[in-house]
This record gives sequence, structure tokens and C-alpha cells, in this order.
Amino acid sequence: MNLVYINSANGLSKAALETVTYAKKLGSDVAVVTNGGADSSVLSTLGTYGASLVLQDSSLDGQDPGQLVKLVAAAAQKIGATTIIFSHDLIGKAVAPRLSVRLKAGLVAGAVALPEANGNIKVNVFSGKAFGYVKVNTATRIISLLPNSIQPETNSTACSVEAFDAQAGSSAIKVLATKKPEGAIPLPEAELVVSAGRGLKGPENWGIVEDLASALGAATACSRPVADIGWRPHHEHVGQTGVAIRPNLYIAAGISGAIQHLAGVNGSKVIVVINTDAEAPFFKAADYGIVGDAFEVLPRFTEAVKKFKAAQH
Amino acid sequence: MNILVCISKAPDTTSKIAFTNGDTQFDENGVQYIVNPYDEWYALVRALELKEAQGGNVTIITVGSAADDAVIRKALAIGADDAVRIDAPATDAYFTAMQIAEYAKGKGFDLILTGKETIDYNGSQVAGMLAEALELPFVSVATKLDVAGSTVKAEREIVGGVQEVEVATPVVISCAKGMAEQRIPNMRGIMAARTKPLTVVAPTALDALTTYASYSMPAAKSSVKLIDPNNLDELVTLLHNEAKVI
Ligand SMILES: Cc1cc2nc3c(=O)[nH]c(=O)nc-3n(C[C@H](O)[C@H](O)[C@H](O)COP(=O)(O)OP(=O)(O)OC[C@H]3O[C@@H](n4cnc5c(N)ncnc54)[C@H](O)[C@@H]3O)c2cc1C
Repeated sequence: MNLVYINSANGLSKAALETVTYAKKLGSDVAVVTNGGADSSVLSTLGTYGASLVLQDSSLDGQDPGQLVKLVAAAAQKIGATTIIFSHDLIGKAVAPRLSVRLKAGLVAGAVALPEANGNIKVNVFSGKAFGYVKVNTATRIISLLPNSIQPETNSTACSVEAFDAQAGSSAIKVLATKKPEGAIPLPEAELVVSAGRGLKGPENWGIVEDLASALGAATACSRPVADIGWRPHHEHVGQTGVAIRPNLYIAAGISGAIQHLAGVNGSKVIVVINTDAEAPFFKAADYGIVGDAFEVLPRFTEAVKKFKAAQH
Repeated sequence: MNILVCISKAPDTTSKIAFTNGDTQFDENGVQYIVNPYDEWYALVRALELKEAQGGNVTIITVGSAADDAVIRKALAIGADDAVRIDAPATDAYFTAMQIAEYAKGKGFDLILTGKETIDYNGSQVAGMLAEALELPFVSVATKLDVAGSTVKAEREIVGGVQEVEVATPVVISCAKGMAEQRIPNMRGIMAARTKPLTVVAPTALDALTTYASYSMPAAKSSVKLIDPNNLDELVTLLHNEAKVI
């Protein structure tokens, strides 16, 4: 049986459904282990994606990776899991490495695809400039799946939800405050991203970027200098030393396309570049290019998107 | 306060990425190595700031061969007090983390800091593995870090936001942007680094749990389709019908 860890404290994210789909496609029964007090009617919908069992420890809030590793290890032992899947998100990145040591099981961090025929698993290396194929040398393997690498797929299975007490002890981490911008789409999970760089000239001009993003239902991102000078928050900085993303659509306005920027975004399925300079290096990595002034093109783009959306209804 | 900062070498961000030996090995030909930016800009600089404010010692540690001493000297030039190199190639994250854990065990470090990931293998694995091996709490992807006595206050990234947390030392923390600003070593630092102690430690016998079997390069993009800046309807139509992303 394959085991998937999901944090369901805030409901089921798309990344969670991706991990269940991935586990099911590996070709055996799927059990899910989760923390948080989600309703069993919510958790049992994981059956739609192929899970047949959900083990829920509602006593854990999911803030301490030291507790979560005990939870996942206990569940893995209970069901005899040989493959354990996480999302390669902020929780997976904290818990999967701990589990690797605890179980002495090889970890493939940031898988972007199902295993190859020889069992090796593809990951991004060199910040997306190349791919590596990881061979796991142990009988039990742990895989953390990069968000947006596969789409959730239904595979209806009867699913039971069981209470599970992992006896994970007390939390070593005390949460003092949590800040989550309302309604914002977490950048690593976003399917559509509108990004802008120094070409926007100042933070007061970001309204036209946000307008396009909201018309599309996209997240916003930026180049490094823009975050460095404080025009935009650090968590929006994408690239080799920022967040690496692979949305379906990446729109870059006023960004030159330096190698360090491209490294974090060239896993995007489609790239649109808007730049006044026809020689900007970003055009070489783009699928669609507009040589033009972002201050004129972005508002027109927003209008065109609104028109398109209105026509669809 | 005793701080251990784990540093890794990483190819300079402008390096040409290529592979040799039937695409099974990274081609190091002409590659310049730097200190992994997250380790240097955030973990190391914040460790130095804490030491400057409160006293203590900053030790850097890396798992690598003698060829990596240049990278170690650079971190010493920025201000670390001393350095340790576990004398073995860093075959995988598990091997690396277990070597560092073996060294750190019982040495009384209050803080063990790493970068949030390396820019070559991007695994974000070593810090969490170290925490588990040393049975310590772990704050992952911290963007702020303050210490008062044995109480650590940190800000960390969570899915869709940030969170302020409190934890007691000793603790393992992986560091990201926001925590500190890059420091450029000055001449005095560079001179002093030459004579700072660098201890070379023999590795413990241990097998890697994973192997990079091979590598590939992404398929080249076909050339860009240029759109008239006055006809954004065309772009939207293409994104819908051709690219199928909206
Ligand atoms: C170690 C290292 C790590 C780095 N990591 C990152 C990283 O992770 N992410 C990152 O982004 N960068 C990173 N960089 C920086 C990178 O090299 C570039 O300097 C940076 O990406 C440039 O940002 P930019 O494109 O916004 O600005 P610029 O290079 O200044 O480009 C601005 C662009 O806007 C265009 N423009 C100007 N006006 C307009 C207009 N009105 N309409 C449309 N276009 C306009 C210009 O033609 C130009 O192409 C790193 C650098 C180093 C050395």
C-alpha cells in the first residue's frame, strides 16, 4: 500500500489531490494520513481520487514537523507502506527529510513526474536549468511531489475514514502569530502567474499588474531587484534564489530575463513576455512575445481578458 | 552562543550547465564555485550578527574534498571564526546530513543553521535530516531570527503566508531571504581567513540512500510568436485555443 501525507487542517488543497492522484497512479491501494480536525465527509472525498483509507489524527495542528514525522512514521508502520508521498510544499519540505532519517528510506525531493520504466524519478536540478533522475537505494522510498506536476484525476474508490492516535507527543514549536493574506493564491501552487520587474519603474505602478492578475485569477510575482528594493514582498521573488514555480502560464512584464530569473520560471508550460526591448533575453525563452510598453500593454491585456471571460458566460 | 552554520558549495549562478559521461555526471569544466547563496547571505550573515550582538562563536561546516577549501575560506573571510570539513564527497543529502550530525553531536551548539536549499540540487533536505538525526526541533524556511537566552523567535514561511513562532534552543533552522543582507568580505577579512583554523575530519562509514543515475536538459523552446501590441484579443485567443492555458 502507498501512503500519502496531507495537511487537511485548512481543507483539501489542489496539491493534496495531486499527491493522492500520483500515489494511485503508482498502481497500488492508497492510504492517506492527515492531521487536523477536518470533517470525515470532507476527508472521504479523497476516495474520488483513489484513496481507500484515511487515518486522521485530529489532535495534531500540523505546526511541528517533529510531531508530523512521528504521525507519518506510525501510519507507515501500521499499513506497511513501501512508498510514502508528500507534496513538495513548505510542510513536505520540513517533514519528508525527517522521515527519511527516521525510516532510513531514500527521499526523492521535488519529483516532477511518475517514475520512469527503470524506477528512477525525474526531478528539477540546477534550479530548473536541467533534470536529474534519482535512483532510490532502499526498499522503502519517500517522494515529495512538486506542485503542478500532475493534474488531479478522479478514480472513484470506496473510502473509509478512521481516527488514528499517533501519540506524537507535545509540540516543540509555539505559534505566536499567523499572517495569511486573504484570498491570495500561494505562488508555488498557482496555475497562472503575472510577474513584473524593474521595467515597472516603481511600486505605485503595480496596480496594472494586479488588475491583470485579478482578471485572470492569477497570483503575482516579481524579479529579485524588485523585492530587494522593497517594491514587492520577498515571498513574490521568483528565480534561482527565490521561489521556483511551474505554472501553466507565466506572464512577465518589464523583466529582462536574466539567467537567474529564468532558472526559477522556465518550467512554466507557457511563457508570455512583454518588454520594450526586442533584444531582451527573455524573448528567447518565451512562447508569445509582445514588444511594447507594459504601461500600455498590461491594461489592454486586462481588457481583452475581461472581454473573453464575459463572452464565455 | 555557539552557532554551527552548514555551508555547501554551489556552481556560480551564471555557470553553463552541462553533463558528461553519458549524461551521468555534472560537467565541472570551467565551473566556478561559490558559497551557496542561501547559506552565505542569510544563515552565515545572521549568525555573525547574533554573535556580534551577544558574543559566542560561529563555526562553519561542509562535507567535501580539499578542492572545496576555497569556498570555506570565503565563508571565513566574511567572518566565521573557524571551519570544519568532513573529508568526503557529499554523495547525497542523507550522507551529508548524517556526517554533520555525527560531528555536531554532543558539541553543545545552540543554533544549527543552513540555507533553505542549495541552488544546484535544490532538495531542501539537509536541515530536516539533521534535526531528526540530532532529535532537535526544526524551523524550516525562516525569514527572521532572534535569540534571547534560550528562547528563539523566528518568522517562517507557511503555505500561503508567514508565521511567527517560538522555540527553545538547541534548534535547527533553515534560512531564507529576509533574515539578513549579503556581506561583501573586505581585505582584512580575506587576510584573516588564511590563518583561521580549518579542521579536517575523517568521515563516518555510511551509505547514501539515493543516487543521481542520470541527467537531461529541457527541450529547446521553439521560437517566440510575436503578437501585435495593439491586438491583445489575438493573444487571449491564442492562450485559449492554441496554448489552452486559460
Ligand atoms: C547570485 C545571483 C542570484 C540571482 N537570483 C535572482 C533570482 O532569483 N531572481 C531574479 O529575478 N533575479 C536574480 N538575480 C538578478 C538577475 O541577474 C537580474 O539582475 C534580475 O533578474 C533583473 O531584474 P529585472 O529584469 O526586473 O530588471 P532589469 O534587468 O533592469 O530589466 C528591466 C527590463 O524591463 C524592460 N522595460 C523597461 N521599461 C519597460 C516598459 N515600460 N515596458 C516593458 N518593459 C520595460 C527593460 O527593457 C528590461 O528588459 C540574481 C543575480 C545573482 C548575481
